[in-house]
Amino acid sequence: MSAEPISYPDDDALAEDRRRLEETWKSRPGLLGWISEVGHAKLGKRYVVTAFVFFALGGIEAALMRIQLARPEAGFLDPDLYNQIFTMHGSTMMFLFAVPMMLGLGVYLVPLMIGARNMAFPRLNAFSYFTYLAGGLLLYSFFFLNIGPDAGWFSYVPLAGPDYSPGKRADVWAQLITFTEISGLAVAVNLITTIFKHRAPGMSLNRLPLYVWSMLVTSFMVVFAMPAIMLASLMLAMDRLVDTHFFNPAEGGDAILWQHLFWFFGHPEVYMIFLPATGIVSTLIAVFSRRQTFGYLTLVLSLVATGFIGFGLWVHHMFATGLPQLGQSFFTAASIMIAIPSGAQVFCWLATLWGGKLRFRTPLMYVLGFIFTFVMGGLTGVMLASVPLDLQVHDTFFVVAHFHYVLIGGAVFPLLGGLFYWFPKMTGRMLSEKLGHLSFWLVFLGFNLTFFPQHILGLNGMPRRVYTYPPETGWGDLNLLSSLGAVVLALGVLVYVFNALRSLRSGPIAGDDPWESESLEWATSSPPPPYNFHLIPTVSDRYPLWTRTGDEPVVTGLKSDRREVLVTNTLDAELDHRDTSPGPSFSPFFLAVGVAVTFITSIFTPWGVVIGAVPCFLALLAWFWPRLDQGHTVLKEKKS
Amino acid sequence: MRRPLALGACFLLLGLAACEREERRLRELPALAMTGRPVREVKLQPGRPQPARSGGRYEGNAYAISEGKRLYQLYNCSGCHFQGGGGIGPPLMDDKWIYGDDPQNIHETIVEGRPNGMPSYGGHIPDQQVWMIAAYVRSLSGQLGKAASPGRSDHMAARPSEQATKEEQPKTQKASPPG
Amino acid sequence: MSGHVFSAVQQSALDPAGPQAERIGDVWWLMFWVCAVVMALVTLALLGGLLHARRRRESEAPQPIAPESHRRMTWVVSGALATTAVILLVLLAASVSTGRALGSLTSPDALVIEVIGRQWWWEVRYMDDQPSNILTDANEIHIPVGRPVLIRGTSRDVIHSLWVPNLHGKKDLIPGYVTDTWIQADRPGVFRGQCAEFCGLQHAHMAFLVVAEPPAKFQAWRAAASQPARPPRTPLELRGQQVFLNRQCALCHTVLGTDAGGRIGPDLTHVASRRTLGAGTLPNTRGHLAGWIVDPQSVKPGNRMPQNPMPSEDLLALLAYLESLQ
Repeated sequence: MSAEPISYPDDDALAEDRRRLEETWKSRPGLLGWISEVGHAKLGKRYVVTAFVFFALGGIEAALMRIQLARPEAGFLDPDLYNQIFTMHGSTMMFLFAVPMMLGLGVYLVPLMIGARNMAFPRLNAFSYFTYLAGGLLLYSFFFLNIGPDAGWFSYVPLAGPDYSPGKRADVWAQLITFTEISGLAVAVNLITTIFKHRAPGMSLNRLPLYVWSMLVTSFMVVFAMPAIMLASLMLAMDRLVDTHFFNPAEGGDAILWQHLFWFFGHPEVYMIFLPATGIVSTLIAVFSRRQTFGYLTLVLSLVATGFIGFGLWVHHMFATGLPQLGQSFFTAASIMIAIPSGAQVFCWLATLWGGKLRFRTPLMYVLGFIFTFVMGGLTGVMLASVPLDLQVHDTFFVVAHFHYVLIGGAVFPLLGGLFYWFPKMTGRMLSEKLGHLSFWLVFLGFNLTFFPQHILGLNGMPRRVYTYPPETGWGDLNLLSSLGAVVLALGVLVYVFNALRSLRSGPIAGDDPWESESLEWATSSPPPPYNFHLIPTVSDRYPLWTRTGDEPVVTGLKSDRREVLVTNTLDAELDHRDTSPGPSFSPFFLAVGVAVTFITSIFTPWGVVIGAVPCFLALLAWFWPRLDQGHTVLKEKKS
Repeated sequence: MRRPLALGACFLLLGLAACEREERRLRELPALAMTGRPVREVKLQPGRPQPARSGGRYEGNAYAISEGKRLYQLYNCSGCHFQGGGGIGPPLMDDKWIYGDDPQNIHETIVEGRPNGMPSYGGHIPDQQVWMIAAYVRSLSGQLGKAASPGRSDHMAARPSEQATKEEQPKTQKASPPG
Repeated sequence: MSGHVFSAVQQSALDPAGPQAERIGDVWWLMFWVCAVVMALVTLALLGGLLHARRRRESEAPQPIAPESHRRMTWVVSGALATTAVILLVLLAASVSTGRALGSLTSPDALVIEVIGRQWWWEVRYMDDQPSNILTDANEIHIPVGRPVLIRGTSRDVIHSLWVPNLHGKKDLIPGYVTDTWIQADRPGVFRGQCAEFCGLQHAHMAFLVVAEPPAKFQAWRAAASQPARPPRTPLELRGQQVFLNRQCALCHTVLGTDAGGRIGPDLTHVASRRTLGAGTLPNTRGHLAGWIVDPQSVKPGNRMPQNPMPSEDLLALLAYLESLQ
């Protein structure tokens, strides 16, 4: 085991080694293989596809709402269904699309980008996916049973409490939250460990690709924010199921407590979606302007600063509740301050673009669209940080417009660009540029047409979450315009999906590195083999593929007859030891089933916790059953 | 390709079995909402012959039961029956049903009144709401199961919530009304 | 017919009718122009960058940034960042000082109005030192022009939010809390407000009107509104009153001066003088009133008023009676 210039053994030995690796890392076949899969690439792709399906469902819900709101006093949806649909839309987009999509893309990309063979905890990775899937299936099955949550994705008490939300609708929401949070937390822990301990030798933290930095910061945010909402949803479920009084003012509870707990998670949530998107943007800008991104340190510090400040803003969702003036001023200052790291990022990107040699491919188009839209959303965000102005536009369509500018413009645009960019890596085939450009322009124009008029509607007094409005208000025309824009936007997404489906069958073969990119994922075949890299590369630069000379050292000596991975140290990625990585396993799936049984039965009875503990215990028993073929080997000859 | 199709079919099947507990029947047909004239032959009248069990209109419907709970407070049923423990009127959370435990019996009690103090609300409370209250009254003694019965309310808790009340076995023998 | 009641109604944050909304309007325009300039600059920088890049030759190998251009870019980016920070500081100062100014509208002789949010209407109580002079009304807030008004808000059920864009920003009405808002109208007018916090099935139809009148007119209104209901004058009105008292109406609604004392729905003592029905849902006309009484669930599904089918002669009498409650 050593890091030295490649001195290839003869080709036959290499081919034999590769064959054995293939054998060692392959998945089981068939449905059993699907259940027992632990490979990060397959799970990552599964995340992306699942999240995209939920994105489509959330989009259909949005379309239904736009149909209802196109004209005043329309009768397309009754208020009961409308409330369920807007709740489903928000919950789906936040909990089942945006966060899992970003984390799932990270699961796919991070190991490839840092030259690892798999995630640090492969079985935990599989468990995360199944838990997330169970949460999504739960929400949609219950929605089709007319038990769709209807108190908003924020589920304010007392409206979502036992007194005003009879039945089980709000409980379904609370358990959906628990599912997705458990899954999110597990992925975050997994990503952090992977990034800290499994980087290719030489990839010290200051050579980490910006995308990986963004996933690192995001994962830390997940770890700190999600417990708040898990606690809150547990308290809500207990208020509803076993008659506790956390949110009952008559018994000493407090309705505002919910809002604090919810937004302490809810605001960082926005940054959990946005930060990975900035990582994508930094990557794409470097690749498509043929130039190193300007201001690596600034961009990293901005990510970290956003991660910190993101936790100090939650009260700006609650200015109208009448908190003390001084406290409000603090949160105004914090909310305004977060514009500084965001501004720094935008300036660095612009500076990179200025001197670059731009290739106007679809991913770059999405990035350009992103910069325009995100700056716009950011500016309205500054307005919302101001207490007086927020009091006027809070909970109106102005806010709806604002957060769609930052979430669609700031996260979905980069995501669509990024998926376009990584599609060849994931599938081995290229997408059509023509359709790509068409979809971009439809999405970009449709988006602005849909959401720009909503700013004006909000200023004219149209509150959010209304299922209709009287004709006398004069809101009809702008709403109609907005609904027409939604048609264009939907067309754009359809073209994008069509492009992807078509290329899956008949797209041109991509090759290893179709974009002449800079990071390690392009140093292996497309799609990558299950072990990612035959010989783990080493890194001596931030842009390893752009500066490679062909005689970089690689790591040799990892066993090929069992799943062995390299562990390096946290700061400098020096060789530390070899570890074994678990192979296909059914335990994660069974544990996810156990968790699902626990949560779903505990919608109906507190005994659900006890009932569910049995399958969970059995699954964990199988999971942790000691095995002889696992262990790690400490490398003796480290630190020269 | 077959997997998504099968999944879709499952969802459709689920949709067909849409849940009675969760329905919000906001608007009844006018005929159902029509309130009969109050029927009161004499001031003192015995209970009518027991009707066959009728089931009631909202027995499993969580929304209607919770509306019934709200109306129980708003119309001041709690003024005499308190939170189900009784006081001026007989308790509603025990196993004794003077005039029967069928929803139809309760409906009749509310609409026509009963001797010794229960006023007649026929003509005052719309029929739909009477049925809601009747359903709620049955939930007071745990007759409607945990899933549909209301949880705690946002008030001081005077008793365990309806969903936490253990189901009483209704006694059919007549007990004398408190007097 | 249906339009005219609403035609004079205003609802816009950009058309302030009092000091509070005006101050907020000033912040809005300041921020709007600053943001518009910033947006224009960023767009120019973006387009400029694209044009600049267009002129370069394609297919060069990716390169690190040359040191001298790196230095130049550092200066530009730091300059832009410093400018951003300064702009943000200015906006922060403007915002905080406006926030303080909003809190400065207080007055010892203010009119105190208690607004209680209910699913899905507004109970409005004009407070007075004499408990017997407290006036209870619904869905319409009358205020005198030029006098500060303290709105003391709370809720009986879920969280609502009181919002009249022409006068002030929102204030949540929260069960278990009392929240204060100071408003003042500087010109007469009818301003539409609406619940701004999602509160259930009929959140969309929970509107109200603020009627700002010259002080004398307001006093006259208040004096009239404090009177008990006028007794029925015609046989038809009398019959209508009987219907009201003997059918289900009286169980939920109050008409001062009669036995009707229900506190569940809005006070109807002077219902005929109100401009709207169902919390701003319908204009208060005979036809709408009839439809509302018989089948409110088709207009505002889920609201707490049940359907009330009744023989047409009863309905006509009831309408005559309600219309007499000026």
